[in-house]
Amino acid sequence: MQQVFKRPESLKDVQTHFCPGCHHGTIHRLVADALDQFGVQERTIGVASVGCSVFLYAYFDIDVVEAPHGRAPAVATGVKRARPDSFVFTYQGDGDLAAIGTAEIIHAANRGEDITVIFVNNTTYGMTGGQMAPTTLVGQKTSTSPYGRNKAKDGAPIRMAELLAQLGGVAFSARVAVDSPKHVLEAKKVIREAFGYQAEGRGFSFVEVLSACPTNWGSGPLAANARIAAEVIPYFPLGVFKKEEVPL
Amino acid sequence: MPSCLNCCRTAVDQRHLLWEDQLLKRLFVKGNEAAAMGAIEAGCRYYFGYPITPQSDIPEYLSRELPKLSGEFIQAESEIGAINMLLGASACGVRAMTSSSSPGISLKQEGISYMAGAELPGVIINISRSGPGLGGIDASQSDYFQAVKGGGHGGYHIPVLAPNSVQEMYDLTMHAFDLADQYRTPVMLLGDSVVGQMKEALVPNPRPARELPGKGWTVRGKGGGEQRVVKSLFLGDGELEAHNWHLHAKYQVMKDKECISEEHETADARLLVTAFGSVARIAQTAVALAREAGLKVGLFRPVTLFPFPEKALAQAAGRAGRVLVVELNTGQMVEDVRLSVGAGIQVSFYGRPPGAGSLPSPEELFEVIKKQYARASQ
Repeated sequence: MQQVFKRPESLKDVQTHFCPGCHHGTIHRLVADALDQFGVQERTIGVASVGCSVFLYAYFDIDVVEAPHGRAPAVATGVKRARPDSFVFTYQGDGDLAAIGTAEIIHAANRGEDITVIFVNNTTYGMTGGQMAPTTLVGQKTSTSPYGRNKAKDGAPIRMAELLAQLGGVAFSARVAVDSPKHVLEAKKVIREAFGYQAEGRGFSFVEVLSACPTNWGSGPLAANARIAAEVIPYFPLGVFKKEEVPL
Repeated sequence: MPSCLNCCRTAVDQRHLLWEDQLLKRLFVKGNEAAAMGAIEAGCRYYFGYPITPQSDIPEYLSRELPKLSGEFIQAESEIGAINMLLGASACGVRAMTSSSSPGISLKQEGISYMAGAELPGVIINISRSGPGLGGIDASQSDYFQAVKGGGHGGYHIPVLAPNSVQEMYDLTMHAFDLADQYRTPVMLLGDSVVGQMKEALVPNPRPARELPGKGWTVRGKGGGEQRVVKSLFLGDGELEAHNWHLHAKYQVMKDKECISEEHETADARLLVTAFGSVARIAQTAVALAREAGLKVGLFRPVTLFPFPEKALAQAAGRAGRVLVVELNTGQMVEDVRLSVGAGIQVSFYGRPPGAGSLPSPEELFEVIKKQYARASQ
């Protein structure tokens, strides 16, 4: 019998701790697929961030360095400079990358570090219990925006993929979603494309992944997927915002 | 070799030969440059830093020299970025370094704590300045507590070395890299603008030959082997407690094996002046003035501030019976001195908050010594 589907080699055969309906498991799989496709598992060093994704090493069968909150792009810079032959990616949430870690992500991107950044945007701080994130939508209620995000006081949600696309060192910047089978397949293709930039040594690549946090959104998994389509994608449009056709 | 190789035959001549040999190799450099040179001699090829006075000579020197050695120099976006680049490079097993001054070192504390927790080697040079806040750029010892008592969160310690000369800026930087690799820990070199900015003769000694443990723990891509993880998160029942006991045990070994101190004229001293770093340099001249005046005064200088040379200090203090601690702050190391010498020894303190014009002269310290000595004689 022909095997048409299996666990990627870069993922361990373990259960995750993620909540029902959480998209981290799906995104882990897409990243692992890409590592397998490029055959780089054996020379990959992942940089874990702080948040629900901190357990990267528990699910990926690769070497991992754990970074302080927001600092993963700086840690990855040190890793890649010390081991230029390694394949380096960070996996960061929205509080980590777009709030406490803005300096690190912008400057790693601007230097054109030859790394790939997977940015999981679920519009909230998941691990700490659903507080307002820099990506929380205007009007969205969270545990620290009980009356809804107020644009006048809290500012508007940050669109990181578009912001980073403005920087000279960025070779590839895109936003995908994983709320539907169609979007998952598109996300798989885009994540592979981003990793391809690093495989060819073409500079900094960035993929923002719109994902669900049903637990902190106070909804079921299906309703959470529906929210991504109805509310999140309209503000955070999907697409490729920068794609250098020639090496930087 | 010098030309007198053929004529120098006696032991005295041989010492002269050695002296002349060193003379030929002597350089005239700034303390900050000496530290950068020591780092290169120690095999450091990765530097991450951010400009701040009075240490900017270090990144300037390394930005020029590291590219020639196929190394990497990054001027980071912040002190936080720099310490985390050091964390990443160190996790890969290379010798790497950052440097800064007090306000920047405050920013690095997060990363230093993570490195201590994850047991990552790395050298942090702190050419400290006066505070609190933006303070001033003058010589200062007000960050003793921050350096030796942990600095960041989590109850860790890191070895702290306090050079008092350009030569030690060089030698102790090399030693810092060895300690870092030996104990898998960040190590701090704690100086100030006096030792960082002054120029002195330097003999560029070769890297010490110390047998060091292997680095099988570093990340490199698993390459068919076991997965390697560098982390400081321990959530399992009892894991973190065990990890902290493991770190604590390392500190005990450091206390047993790695204390360094220097003594001048302590054998018959009736007053033991105790100071570190640049202030010890000034105190050494003050002690010489006291000796010229016939006062039996000695100097004890801790070179390692952590581990603190408790035993050597207790012995020297026990002989003298009275200790005068001099610091460029309002009293920090004096607490460790009191703990070291115990209740039977009289410990007095002379300190001044750091800032423009507060660095005491040898003559001023001599006056303080005379008063304390008179009390010792009563």
